[in-house]
Amino acid sequence: MMTPQSEAELAALIADARGPLAVQGGGTRGFSGTGDVLSAAGLGGVALYEPGALTLVAGAGTPVAEIEAALAAENQRLAFEPMDHRTLLGTTGTPTIGGVMAANVSGPRRIAVGAARDFALGVRFVDGSGRIVKNGGRVMKNVTGYDLVKLMCGSFGTLGVLTEVAMKVLPRPEIEASLVIDTRDAGQAVAALARGLGSPFEVTGAAFLPDRGAVVRIEGFDGSVAYRLGALEAALAGFGDIERLEAEASRTLWRGVRDVARFAERDGDVWRISVKPSDAPAIVTALPEESDYMLDWGGGLIWVLCAKGTDLRARIAPCAGHATLIRADAPTRARLGVFQPEAPALAALTNGVRARFDPRGVLNATSAQAA
Amino acid sequence: MEMPVPNPAVLARKAQLVKRLSKVLPADAVISEITETRAYECDALTAYKCAPMVAVLPSTTQEVSDVLRICFEEGVPVVPRGSGTSLAGGALPTADCVILGVARMNEVIETDYANRIIRVQSGRTNLSVTGAVEEDGFFYAPDPSSQLACAIAGNIAMNSGGAHCLKYGVTTNNLMGVTLVQMDGTVVEIGGGYLDAGGLDLLGVICGSEGQLGVVTEATLRILHKPEGARPVLMGFDDNEVAGECVSDIIKAGVLPVAIEFMDRPCIEATEAFAGAGYPDCEALLIVEVEGSDAEIDDQLARIMEIARRHNPVELRESKSAEESARIWLGRKSAFGAMGQINDYMCLDGTIPVSALPFVLRRIGEMSEKYGLRVGNVFHAGDGNMHPLILFDANKPGDLELCEAFGAEVLKLCVEAGGCLTGEHGVGIEKRDLMHVQYTMDDLEAQMAVKDVFDPHWLLNPAKVFPLDASEARRVVAIAAQ
Repeated sequence: MMTPQSEAELAALIADARGPLAVQGGGTRGFSGTGDVLSAAGLGGVALYEPGALTLVAGAGTPVAEIEAALAAENQRLAFEPMDHRTLLGTTGTPTIGGVMAANVSGPRRIAVGAARDFALGVRFVDGSGRIVKNGGRVMKNVTGYDLVKLMCGSFGTLGVLTEVAMKVLPRPEIEASLVIDTRDAGQAVAALARGLGSPFEVTGAAFLPDRGAVVRIEGFDGSVAYRLGALEAALAGFGDIERLEAEASRTLWRGVRDVARFAERDGDVWRISVKPSDAPAIVTALPEESDYMLDWGGGLIWVLCAKGTDLRARIAPCAGHATLIRADAPTRARLGVFQPEAPALAALTNGVRARFDPRGVLNATSAQAA
Repeated sequence: MEMPVPNPAVLARKAQLVKRLSKVLPADAVISEITETRAYECDALTAYKCAPMVAVLPSTTQEVSDVLRICFEEGVPVVPRGSGTSLAGGALPTADCVILGVARMNEVIETDYANRIIRVQSGRTNLSVTGAVEEDGFFYAPDPSSQLACAIAGNIAMNSGGAHCLKYGVTTNNLMGVTLVQMDGTVVEIGGGYLDAGGLDLLGVICGSEGQLGVVTEATLRILHKPEGARPVLMGFDDNEVAGECVSDIIKAGVLPVAIEFMDRPCIEATEAFAGAGYPDCEALLIVEVEGSDAEIDDQLARIMEIARRHNPVELRESKSAEESARIWLGRKSAFGAMGQINDYMCLDGTIPVSALPFVLRRIGEMSEKYGLRVGNVFHAGDGNMHPLILFDANKPGDLELCEAFGAEVLKLCVEAGGCLTGEHGVGIEKRDLMHVQYTMDDLEAQMAVKDVFDPHWLLNPAKVFPLDASEARRVVAIAAQ
């Protein structure tokens, strides 16, 4: 494994690469390609943190836990609630902030505040030719030139290796609480979640656990949370009996949703499907027998556990959206592809951008092919 | 401001081009008489004017595709135009270009409350997107101050912000999908009613690309339910630095206001003379607005005022009613008009880290003395997005140039302080040649590489965003290819 200790060293390694590189941060998310492992873990450390400006800049290899601890000390947090893939994938290692951004990893709060990409303010990276590039900065509003920050988020290391990211952070709310609406029906649940999300009460989580019910989360100051819980209870009363979850129980439940703990240590492939929330009920009804699922993002994110080797994409084809194969053995990943194939015109643009940023195809090339 | 010399070969083909365009567009959608093309000679950066060769006003994605394909085949540059409200010259024509205006494409295609999205044609104005859903209690969050006139197409091109983006984000955070027509006429669908369009985040790079990657004809936007209410508190301080500290302390305390606006003394004085909003006589004024139910607002304002009191404000005025709120906002909302009444002005929008605020304001004050031009600062303080308004006299020879030199120095200062050249207006032609201050050639190459993919012949809005010397090689090759 190559673990460069500086951006310059990383740039030299990539420029001199003779074959494919498997780019990774902590290696916990299962997205890196094949080839010589190139780890960004050596590029760690919080470079700047201004709580009063809600900004933090860190080396890409900085452990997520280190950033979360620094933020917690100032009563702030990464609001997009990045998932920890170790629970679901059974991986070991240390998740890094570079990995979070490269894979655009967001959790339940994405529905309310945005994805990892929405909190990324600036990046530094080394492209496939070994060229060092910076884009964006460390201020909240920045339209100076093209937004390559977004392009790098969710590029899974195929356009360049991140060396530093600047992020917007947010205050940690005083308390949280949740409501569990007792329903077993996905259609009913999505309707209830839509009612909550379409209210003025700032729902920050909206999930459906088929054996538990539809869950909405509220966060903020004590009095405000109490008020909004009451208002939501009234608004959602028609959908089923409602149970309140106070702070600790709420936190535990949402951590499980975030990390898809439901499918941990259970056999089968895991798919992550992004659709219009109202399309979710029909999709989950049509899942193969013996599958399990849960909904996040008001129904817009479907997590499915199904028999190994099942091609779920064929089943969502009539709906707009995309399905990613998150957990499967290598032959299945190779056969079905990890990422949703794109329409030809879009694929031409994607391939064109990849070819410009990594002309030799050395960065996570096998991942890119799967895309 | 330098613009490329019009390509005589393109100018010579005008008649042929008009003939071809007239075959795919209705007669009233092709404008080629000089008396009429002059209507498109500038956008809101009125210091620069140039009538286009032709202007077209297509009504459908198909028509846009036809126009672009013809211009592609003829090798004619195209400058897309929303409503022409750009403050950066984003829609400034060249004499050899076709202006492609999307103003006729203003329909709502779909409103979907269950999924909290609206699909519109891109010529629809920002405010009328909210207008389409507000009876049902919803709104579209990004609110640039030109929202009555500006088009969604332009909002996407410039990644427009607004006063309320501290809480709701800017255009890119509220954009879920687009129909994009490429320069060769190819129509691409990206994203839609679902979150995080799959594959590379092309939507993210299209938003803010200033019409250089393609023409957006339709967009899927996130809509939100309106808050139950909103009320501001006004606070005055004797010192810019103290006001800056107060902003920082409010944010650190865990209250996230929907807007924090800042005005300095020159701006306060100008607006008082103009609008008489009853602002205190002080160095710095903050307007902090929060949202929620009445009780929630009371609670948040109480927390904010407690923090403000620790900084010895000269005035602290909490709104208790819609009327009082309007009064507090009156001066802020008249600020641009008030400054405009004094003289012509240039409005910059460099962004800085909030912590650098006192230093930057002090330096701008010193520069104001040096250049002999007055400047007032209105400011989205929560996110560091400055708006220095530099006053000059357009009728006085040399004053515009002096003002531009002053502006350039302010923007360089913003970059030195850890910020950027433009927070929400875009680069256009105005800040084009300052891009070297913020980015190295490698940084610019990486950005231009994206344009190479979307528009290999560099025909879309080619003389914008990138310094002319940086983009010259590409533009020369493109012209030779014709």
